[in-house]
Amino acid sequence: MSGATDGIVRASGAGSRFLRILLFALLILFALYYLLPFFVMLATSLKTLDEIRTGSLISLPSSLNLQPWVEAWSGACVGVRCDGLQPYFWNSVLIAIPGVAISTFLGAIAGYALTKWRFRGANIIFALMLFGAFIPFQVVLLPMARTLGFLGIAGTLAGLILVHVVYGLAFTTLFFRNFFVSVPDALVHAAKLDGAGFFAIFFRILVPMAIPTFGITVIWQFTQIWNDFLFGVAFTVGDSNPVTVALNNVVNTSTGVKQYNVDMAAAIIAALPTLLVYVVAGRYFLRGLAAGAVKG
Amino acid sequence: MSGVTLENVWKRFGTTEVLKGIDLAFEPGEFVVLVGPSGCGKSTLLNIVAGLETLTEGEVRIGDRVVTHVPPKDRDIAMVFQSYSLYPTKSVRRNITFGMEMRGVDKAKQDKSVADVAALLHIEPLLDRKPAQLSGGQRQRVAMARALVRDPDLFLFDEPLSNLDAKLRIEMRTEIKKLHQRIQKSVIYVTHDQIEAMTLASRIAVMDQGHVRQFATPDEIYENPADLFVASFMGSPPMNILSGRIVDEGGLAVEVSDEAGPVRFPLPDPLARSVAGAAGRSVKLGLRPETITGRDGQQRVADLFAFERRIEVIEPTGPDTMLITSLGGEELIARVRPEDRAQVGQPFAFEVNMAKAKLFDAESGRRL
Ligand SMILES: Nc1ncnc2c1ncn2[C@@H]1O[C@H](COP(=O)(O)OP(=O)(O)OP(=O)(O)O)[C@@H](O)[C@H]1O
Ligand SMILES: [Mg+2]
Repeated sequence: MSGATDGIVRASGAGSRFLRILLFALLILFALYYLLPFFVMLATSLKTLDEIRTGSLISLPSSLNLQPWVEAWSGACVGVRCDGLQPYFWNSVLIAIPGVAISTFLGAIAGYALTKWRFRGANIIFALMLFGAFIPFQVVLLPMARTLGFLGIAGTLAGLILVHVVYGLAFTTLFFRNFFVSVPDALVHAAKLDGAGFFAIFFRILVPMAIPTFGITVIWQFTQIWNDFLFGVAFTVGDSNPVTVALNNVVNTSTGVKQYNVDMAAAIIAALPTLLVYVVAGRYFLRGLAAGAVKG
Repeated sequence: MSGVTLENVWKRFGTTEVLKGIDLAFEPGEFVVLVGPSGCGKSTLLNIVAGLETLTEGEVRIGDRVVTHVPPKDRDIAMVFQSYSLYPTKSVRRNITFGMEMRGVDKAKQDKSVADVAALLHIEPLLDRKPAQLSGGQRQRVAMARALVRDPDLFLFDEPLSNLDAKLRIEMRTEIKKLHQRIQKSVIYVTHDQIEAMTLASRIAVMDQGHVRQFATPDEIYENPADLFVASFMGSPPMNILSGRIVDEGGLAVEVSDEAGPVRFPLPDPLARSVAGAAGRSVKLGLRPETITGRDGQQRVADLFAFERRIEVIEPTGPDTMLITSLGGEELIARVRPEDRAQVGQPFAFEVNMAKAKLFDAESGRRL
C-alpha cells in the first residue's frame, strides 16, 4: 500500500498551503459530524442509569462503568431467556461466515464462467442475475419460506444461510463479472496453452489478480448478512435468531425500567464485527484501487 | 518437428464470414509469416491453429495428426501474444515455469530449463521481478522465454513486436531470426509490418478479407505479386499503380493519358507477349519506386525508358531521396540518389527500368 503517491510532485506556496488547511478543516468537521452519534452511544453505554437521567447527552461518563456491557453480553433478557446477546451473536457469526464464504466463492466462479468461458446464452443468464439484484427483499419472502419448508430447513441457521447465499449471488456475480471482464482474454489463452484447465486458470491465475474484488465482495456481503433483520425475523425462530433480531428484542422489551446504557452497549456489540471487517478487508480494497491490479 | 496443413478452413462469427476457405500447407521447420491489413483474419487463423478458436468448417493438421478437435494444451504448441499476456501476479520465473508446473515437470528440470532460457534471452537479472516492473522490451523477452521453455513442435507469434519502439523492434527482429536459425522449429508469425514479413519469412502468406491472396517466398511475393493487392501491400513506399491502355505503334506500349500530354511506356518482350494482340485493353501498370530513378541512376540495361515530370514533393530519407510527382491523376514516387536532388516545381528527367514493370488486369486486378 505504501509508495503509490510518494513520487508525486505537489504544488507548494502559501496559496496551496492555505487550501490544504481548509481541506483538512472541512474533512475534520465532517468526521466529527459522523462520529458524534457513535460518541453519544459509547458515552451512554458507560454511564450509570442515574447519570443518564441527570446528565446531558454529550457529557463524558464520570467513571468507566462496564456493568452495562457485561449485562448486554451475557445478562440481558431476550424474551424469557436472560443470557444476553451472546448466543445470538454466535448465531450471527455462524450465519455470516459460511454465508459470505459460499456466496463470494460461487459469485467468483460464476463471474469467471460468464466472462472467460462464454457459452451460448451467457448474456441472458447474466441479465437475469442482474435482475435478481434489483428484486426487493419483500418479494422473495413468501416463495423462500415455501422453499425452506420444502427443503426441511425452515427456522434453522442452515435455512437462513441458504437465503443469504441465494440473495447475495446476484451481487457477488456482478462484482466478479465486472472485474473479470477487464482481464484480457489473451491471459486465459496463454494459460490454456500452458496446460491449465478451468479450475487451474481460476485458482492459479485469476484469483490472485482478483484479491481486491474479493475484499469488496466480502465487505459488501458481510455487511448485508450481518446487518440483515428482515430475513432473520422471517426465517428463524427464538434460539436461532441472529443478533440483529435479538438486539431488537432486548431494546423493545416491555418489562422493567428502560436501561439505555445496556441498550447502547448491545447496539455497539451488534455493530462491532462490521467495523472490524471494514478495517481488515478495507486495506485490500484500497490496495486494489491504488495498484492497478491488471497491469502487465 | 511438424508441418501444418489447413484445408478449406472457414470461420464465421454469427453471419460475418472472417475466413473464407483457407488452404495452406507449411513445411516442417518453416518460418511462415501471415501478413495482411487489420481485420483480415490473421489472428483468427492463428487462434484456430492454436485451438483457442473453433473453426466452422474445414480441417487443421499438425504433422499427420488431425487436431481440429484437440484442445490447445494437447497440441504441442507455444504462443507469444501481441500484448505478451504475462501473468501479472507471478514473478518472471513463475511465469516461465507455470506451463511446466501444470505438466508436472520435476523441480530440478524446471530450474535447469529456466536457467537455460534466461541465459539465451539475457533475462537472468529479471527473474524475481513482477511483469509490471519490466519495460516493454523486457516483457517481450519474458514472453518469448515462456514459449521457448516449452520446447514445442510449433511456435505461434501474434504480432509480438508491434508494441515496441522502432529501434527495439529491429533488434528483436534480428534476434528472432537468429533464434529460428538455431532451433530450426516451425514458426507461424503474424504481423502487419511488411518489412518484418520480408526479413523473417521463408514463405509469406498475404491475406485479405479472409482469403489468402498469395503464398510464396518473399522474393516471389516482391518480384511476382499475384495481383494488385499483393503488389501494393508489399513494399515501402508502395508500388506505383498507373491506369493506362495498351497501344500498338511499332511495338506494344502502355499509354497513360495525362493533362500534360500522354506518356507511352514501351513494353519489353516478356511483358509484351502477355498482352499480344490486346491493343485498346485497359490495364494497370505497376512500377516499384526503386525502378524509377534519375538519369544514370541505374545500370545501363536495354529496357530503360526516360520521361520528364514536374516534381511536387521531395522527401530525403538519408540513403535515398523520394521524389513525388503525378501522372494520369495518380501519385508517382521515384527513389533517386541524394545527389540527384532536384527543385520542387522544376521538371526532372526520370528513367524507368521497364524490365521490372508489372501489368495487371484493370478489372480483376490479376497479374498478366
Ligand atoms: N468474437 C468475434 N465476433 C465477431 N467478429 C469477430 C470476433 N473476433 C474477430 N472478429 C472479426 O473478425 C475479423 C478478423 O479479426 P482478426 O482479429 O483475425 O483480425 P487481424 O487480421 O488479426 O487484425 P489485426 O491486424 O488488427 O490484429 C475482424 O473483422 C473482427 O471484427
Ligand atoms: Mg490480430
